[in-house]
Amino acid sequence: MNQAAPVPKENQGQPVVRIDGRLKVTGQASYPADIATANVAYGALATSSIARGKVSKLHTDDARAVPGVLDIITYGDMDQTDTPKFGNTGASSIAPLHDKTIFHDGQIIALVVAETFEAAEEASMLIRADYEDEPPSASFDSKGVKVEPAAGKSPMLQEDVKAGDFDAAYASAAVKIDQKYSTPTQHHNPIELFSTTAMWQGDQLTVHEPSQNVTGWKIELARQLKVDPANVRIVSPYVGGAFGSKGPMTARTAIVAVAARRVGRPVRCVVSRMQAFNTQTYRAETRHRIRIGASKDGRITAFGHEGWEVTSRPDPYVVGGTSATGRMYNYGSVLTHVSVVHADRNTPGYMRSPPETPYVYALENAMDEMAVALGMDPVEFRRINEPEREPIGGKPFSSRSLVKCYDQAAEAFGWSKRNAVVGSMREGDWLVGMGCATAIYPTASAPCAARVRLTADGQVRVQCGSHEIGTGVRTVAGQMAAERLGIGMDKISVEMGDSALPPAPVSGGSISTASVCSAVLKACDAVRAKLFAAAVAGDGPLAGSGNAKLEMEQEKIVASGGKSAKLSDVFKAMQIGAIEEYAEFAPKGSTPEALKKLYAGQAEFHGGDQDKDSVKYAFGAEFVEVRVNSYTREIRVPRVVGAFAAGRIMNTRTARSQLMGGMIWGIGQALHEATEIDRRNARYVNRDLQDYLVPVNADIKQVDVILVPEVDLDVNPAGVKGLGELGNVGTAAAVASAVYHATGKRIRDLPIRIDDLIS
Amino acid sequence: MRPFLYERPTSVSAAIAMASHLEARHVAPTQANTQFIAGGTNLADYMKLGVAQPERLLDLNELAEPALRQIETNDDTIRFGALVRMGEAADNNEVRRRCPLLADSLKFAASGQLRNMASLAGNILQRTRCEYFRETSWPCNKREPGSGCAAMEGVNRQHAVLGVSDACIATYHGDFAQALIALDAVVEVEGRRGPRKIPFAGLHRLPGDTPNIETDLAADEVIVAIEVPLGAWSRRSRYLKIRDRESYAFALASAAVALEMDGNTVRQARIALGGVATVPWRARAAEDALRGNALDDKTAAAAAEAAFADARPREHNAFKIPLGKRTLVRALLETRDMKV
Ligand SMILES: Cc1cc2nc3c(=O)[nH]c(=O)nc-3n(C[C@H](O)[C@H](O)[C@H](O)COP(=O)(O)OP(=O)(O)OC[C@H]3O[C@@H](n4cnc5c(N)ncnc54)[C@H](O)[C@@H]3O)c2cc1C
Ligand code: SF4
Repeated sequence: MNQAAPVPKENQGQPVVRIDGRLKVTGQASYPADIATANVAYGALATSSIARGKVSKLHTDDARAVPGVLDIITYGDMDQTDTPKFGNTGASSIAPLHDKTIFHDGQIIALVVAETFEAAEEASMLIRADYEDEPPSASFDSKGVKVEPAAGKSPMLQEDVKAGDFDAAYASAAVKIDQKYSTPTQHHNPIELFSTTAMWQGDQLTVHEPSQNVTGWKIELARQLKVDPANVRIVSPYVGGAFGSKGPMTARTAIVAVAARRVGRPVRCVVSRMQAFNTQTYRAETRHRIRIGASKDGRITAFGHEGWEVTSRPDPYVVGGTSATGRMYNYGSVLTHVSVVHADRNTPGYMRSPPETPYVYALENAMDEMAVALGMDPVEFRRINEPEREPIGGKPFSSRSLVKCYDQAAEAFGWSKRNAVVGSMREGDWLVGMGCATAIYPTASAPCAARVRLTADGQVRVQCGSHEIGTGVRTVAGQMAAERLGIGMDKISVEMGDSALPPAPVSGGSISTASVCSAVLKACDAVRAKLFAAAVAGDGPLAGSGNAKLEMEQEKIVASGGKSAKLSDVFKAMQIGAIEEYAEFAPKGSTPEALKKLYAGQAEFHGGDQDKDSVKYAFGAEFVEVRVNSYTREIRVPRVVGAFAAGRIMNTRTARSQLMGGMIWGIGQALHEATEIDRRNARYVNRDLQDYLVPVNADIKQVDVILVPEVDLDVNPAGVKGLGELGNVGTAAAVASAVYHATGKRIRDLPIRIDDLIS
Repeated sequence: MRPFLYERPTSVSAAIAMASHLEARHVAPTQANTQFIAGGTNLADYMKLGVAQPERLLDLNELAEPALRQIETNDDTIRFGALVRMGEAADNNEVRRRCPLLADSLKFAASGQLRNMASLAGNILQRTRCEYFRETSWPCNKREPGSGCAAMEGVNRQHAVLGVSDACIATYHGDFAQALIALDAVVEVEGRRGPRKIPFAGLHRLPGDTPNIETDLAADEVIVAIEVPLGAWSRRSRYLKIRDRESYAFALASAAVALEMDGNTVRQARIALGGVATVPWRARAAEDALRGNALDDKTAAAAAEAAFADARPREHNAFKIPLGKRTLVRALLETRDMKV
């Protein structure tokens, strides 16, 4: 079962190898900071050492004296530009060099540009600031934070979902729990560092920067620099890990562009890992209160979910995962409320399954507690609360294969061998625990454009301004074209990651495969239509097959009657060398402006809980075994099994890889990851990979992925549900439940560490 | 990183001569203008961060003396040259056969890449990873004497509970040093004052009021070798390291144990504790508690109690006391049960 290329089942595509896999593992893929440029100068950031106050004086003389320093961009130097905006494309409204106010620790106070990276870095460390500092508020419970209802503050959360009379149902429930859970601050820490390389040729600006949204950034950067978007190009052919961190553009991009204009040379700024903790986005800490009431036989009658999330002072960043948790089971009544807590922190941002990871963690940990309270098997408890329709709006699910996922994962995991008695399973000095949890992720898609060219010799070029962030979208887009046009993968090339290409939405929200493949499908179908018309025309090679059903296979057009014509012959008949089609896809329910907005860099998402006719989600069930040492209480995870159903699987290899990576991340979230904040100063203290722990190879043993067949043509023309963010939802709750099963200790605050189990 | 001079002496005497400036007599090696570098995995890291600011580096990797790169094993000692890489020593079959504690303390440290790069002398002199020490914008008595200690009331989960002072609670993180102190190793040093042998327990200094002075070495002294005496205890020896993840992490608590048994009775236990103290930490009180007693759950627990009797926790590291105790209990019992 645990093989890299699972054999495709029904409605699952071939495990085609990644078309850029070899380039990546042999170091030949050029990431944005690798792009060779003549005469490049290097930038290094200087950042604040306080979290709140004002810069009263900046001392740059020592820095300027460092040999090789060309320029220092600081206060005043960005005045000719517009300030950054918080929103879909902009990470934050904090405009570091426009305003001497310090909103968070590690805020940019200058960019040094020098002949060498070493000189730039040395000089940046010599920049000193005098501050008028004020006591900052670090996080929840800190003095001075501002707490406000989140609903309506961000498009992520329009309103707090609710249904029925929660208070009455909860009050009268026979069995109930009321518990608090929390998740810590987390930083994406992609291995590829953040970087910007900006170069001007006359008034044309090209920026090489790892990005999940080249079109959006082009528009936003042009706005800040007050130039025509047509003169701005963002290039990001490969991204070495993004997870949301490279979705919103940060203030640095425009600063580096201004620097490049001033020194009249390309400028490259690679941000240190430490500085990335403060100058990029992150997943803020969350808190939850969950109340569940049920009848004695385990039917849930009341579900209450309150959430609190930290954000910066100026920006109302909200994830608000109650939309998913509120629709997960057949609750009877639902009451939710989300609050944002403004503190002196950098603005958080999207991080792989932004709402679901923390919110579903809380829900699923609570579901396990509830199963214990009911004396019920946790799988059975979920099964009997499986809804016919989602409880908030009463809409049907476009498809929902959760029970199948539980069945298949439980079987593969050997759940029936679990002895439910806490602490009863043991192997030598190790306590054994088993737990499970549900994964859910909304299925959305957004408008997307693509261009497909087929030449007479059977070469295909697919162009789409989407982004290969490691998910395999470049490969599956190629696969879509290969399948539709009957061409082998070796003759397909796919270009992505460039704002000069047909625009695609931000690569976030697990929409890319659905959106890109739907656009590629449409372009391919237009190519097919031209070819088919020519083939069956009076003088075409398939003349007379007008009523036959036509397909493309192996560089031929094949008619249902059995007649076929070589592609090259059709081109010959048409007397052309290539067919190129440009297609725009817009999901069902798109507004009339949806496509126009695509070109303006704004993605209109459809699906999830937004559609009128149905709600659209992908589901999975995850099972985890843990071992806890009976003396020293360290926790190990020997086994994880996840079964997932996500509509059409384009490629079982890349799908498995996404889901497996997600579950591994989930283990890290359960046991390792946390950014530590010094509460006195609102400063992060573990800003490197030595102290910010993620799992290493030795921590990950067996991880099995089961792809459960599912057909859902309601979601989009490609029938694809996104799964890039599905895998890491629920994992941490499954680990927490397994730890409880092993030790009898219910840990509600992540990460779960020895500290929690030892005393 | 600040610019620096880089030189490569080719003999120990040349290295000493190059390091022998007037100031070398007055300042600790880590504060001197001229500093030695071996694998660079600790020093170069701290130079990049601006924590270490030598003006001149003397790279020891060109030193010609062959003994610096050799492991000599004979019946009653193992002698490690200072430039032997961690990986070489960890993978050396004779070392493992004669004293598993030595091999494991190295094998469970850092990562494969680091072990290939890092030298044994550099390893024992590695400086703390205290997060506040690593980042120059925080007050830190070790980095900047008299500036205060940000860790004391800060994020101090990693910090020490033994050997702490009011000035500094930084953990000494090295693993190999725990084996060496438990085994009564001797450090061979050459310097302007001539050669000398330092008992391992005398190499590192408690932080006290001067956490910036970390060792007994002078700035012009080069470690040339580490000698470990072997005996009846060497084979029945073990290193147990408990950490947040299964590899590539410093110890939250560790125990280096070597036992000389007479049947089930402990003739002599050698115990050191890692991850919990400011310096390599010999747990003499625990050894005394075991001497002459049968080794079982109860006596092991009593030894662990004795080992941590003087522990002083801070806000986030109190768990290290029960964890350290249990680590020691487990290590003692596992060592007792070793088949040798
Ligand atoms: C991410 C990471 C994880 C790690 N994990 C662990 C771990 O789990 N356990 C562990 O024990 N260690 C760990 N380490 C530390 C690592 O083992 C040390 O960095 C390494 O052993 C230092 O050796 P080096 O030769 O590179 O020393 P250098 O960096 O070259 O030198 C370190 C110090 O020793 C001095 N020095 C070096 N050689 C001599 C000599 N012959 N005479 C006098 N002075 C000398 C230098 O001047 C310097 O002050 C880790 C390090 C990193 C970066
Ligand atoms: S514990 Fe020691 S090293 Fe850490 S900040 Fe305090 S004085 Fe510095």
